[in-house]
Amino acid sequence: MLDGQIIEIVALSLRVSVFAVILAALIGVPLGALLAVGRFPGRNLATMTINALMGLPPVVVGLGLYLLLSRSGPLGILQLLYTPTAMIIAQMILVTPIIASFSQQVLSDLHAEYDEMLRAMKATRLQVMGTLIRDARHALVTAFLAGLGRALSEIGAVMIVGGNINHATRVMTTAIALETSKGNLRLAVSLGLILLGLAFVINIALVVLRTRLERQAHA
Amino acid sequence: MPDPAPRGNILPLDTAPGHNRRRAETAAWLLMAEELRYERGGRCLLDGISFALSPSGITALLGPNGAGKSLLLRLLGGLIRPDSGRIRFDPAFDGSTGMVFQKPVLLRRSVRANLDHALRIARIPRRQRTGRIAELLVMADLTHCAESPARALSGGEQQRLTMARALVNKPRLLLLDEPTASLDPAATAGFEALTREIARMGTKIMLVTHDLHQARRIADDVIFIHKGRIHEQGPTTAFFAAPRSPEARAYCAGTLIT
Ligand SMILES: Nc1ncnc2c1ncn2[C@@H]1O[C@H](COP(=O)(O)OP(=O)(O)OP(=O)(O)O)[C@@H](O)[C@H]1O
Ligand SMILES: [Mg+2]
Repeated sequence: MLDGQIIEIVALSLRVSVFAVILAALIGVPLGALLAVGRFPGRNLATMTINALMGLPPVVVGLGLYLLLSRSGPLGILQLLYTPTAMIIAQMILVTPIIASFSQQVLSDLHAEYDEMLRAMKATRLQVMGTLIRDARHALVTAFLAGLGRALSEIGAVMIVGGNINHATRVMTTAIALETSKGNLRLAVSLGLILLGLAFVINIALVVLRTRLERQAHA
Repeated sequence: MPDPAPRGNILPLDTAPGHNRRRAETAAWLLMAEELRYERGGRCLLDGISFALSPSGITALLGPNGAGKSLLLRLLGGLIRPDSGRIRFDPAFDGSTGMVFQKPVLLRRSVRANLDHALRIARIPRRQRTGRIAELLVMADLTHCAESPARALSGGEQQRLTMARALVNKPRLLLLDEPTASLDPAATAGFEALTREIARMGTKIMLVTHDLHQARRIADDVIFIHKGRIHEQGPTTAFFAAPRSPEARAYCAGTLIT
């Protein structure tokens, strides 16, 4: 059943989503840390914005990015439309608020506990953020996994900016939609099962991590 | 009665805190609190707190539960600001302060990593850290559990770790909030010997304790607070021989109702 076509599609899905989550983590975690630790004007507004962005409809993100990247759009010159890069950007936009918001929550809680101790040591703001991120790393990984799950199963944005081009931008979700509408249920179901399996594995990993975290918290 | 053998080693002379800062002491005080007042939720938790902290030795801060001892320590450590009044410091004081909180706060890391983290924040170069960690582990008698998660240690071990951590930057001022509350007798004796040695090396120590025998054993002078106010301050011997204020007398006799 695992023919070359399926492997190609699954591999692209994973590549795009993992990349998107890595980028989202690189932006979202420091952002969350800044919001958890920093005291600056506009902090509450930024927090509210991020929480609002968590509910971004993927189709709208796809549309917005399409307008930016299309030939006549402001970034059309980059010729990114209908490339995996465009899909990575779209998913990154969707996942970053999730990771930033979750990071902020986790790091705020930890900060409440560590704050006086770190201030007594005269730690700099950067050292405080570094300490918090490091000690919250397991909790943060759960946010990455949740983001990966969301990215892998997302369809609206990648369909619009990727275009579901065979051998180029076809990922699991877009392929399933296409094959189902073409009546090619065998391929659609195979891909569906693989996607289900991946989601399952990610959720198992989440549960395992959470139980480990809880055990740590009680230690 | 001879002291029981202290646990762990005393810091070797050349690594003891504060030794490199020993100098002719000019000012008669290390810090001076002037009319400190601290309120929260409409309650005045500290009021009219004025005292001079002598530049050396051990000062015990005594008082019943809820008197405001931990708050005062936080004020002195600069962790909270008074609503009015101020704290003046000896101009020669470099600000280096070590703090041991009443509730140990430890990183979710190993014992060794906790010390390493504190040393890194104190900007001790990597080459010196390993040796210093080994010293601190011996001092706190934690060598056997250096690799254990710090938060899995027993209460007494956690307290010894926070004490070791407070010493990483060889502070001039050490603020200790009930550091022996969960230590066994041998560890307490070890702690007292260590504190005395650190004080002898030139670190000023302010110690909150409910153990009056301990205060009598190691403190040079005593500040007694009750309901956010200082009721008495003076040399340890004079304080315990005859507390002047009725509150202090009742507290020492164990009959103070708060
Ligand atoms: N952030 C705060 N908000 C409101 N009340 C506070 C706050 N911090 C401390 N208090 C109150 O201030 C009083 C003094 O607290 P503090 O912790 O200094 O007491 P303490 O003398 O250290 O007592 P103990 O011996 O029990 O440790 C207490 O009544 C406490 O409830
Ligand atoms: Mg207290």
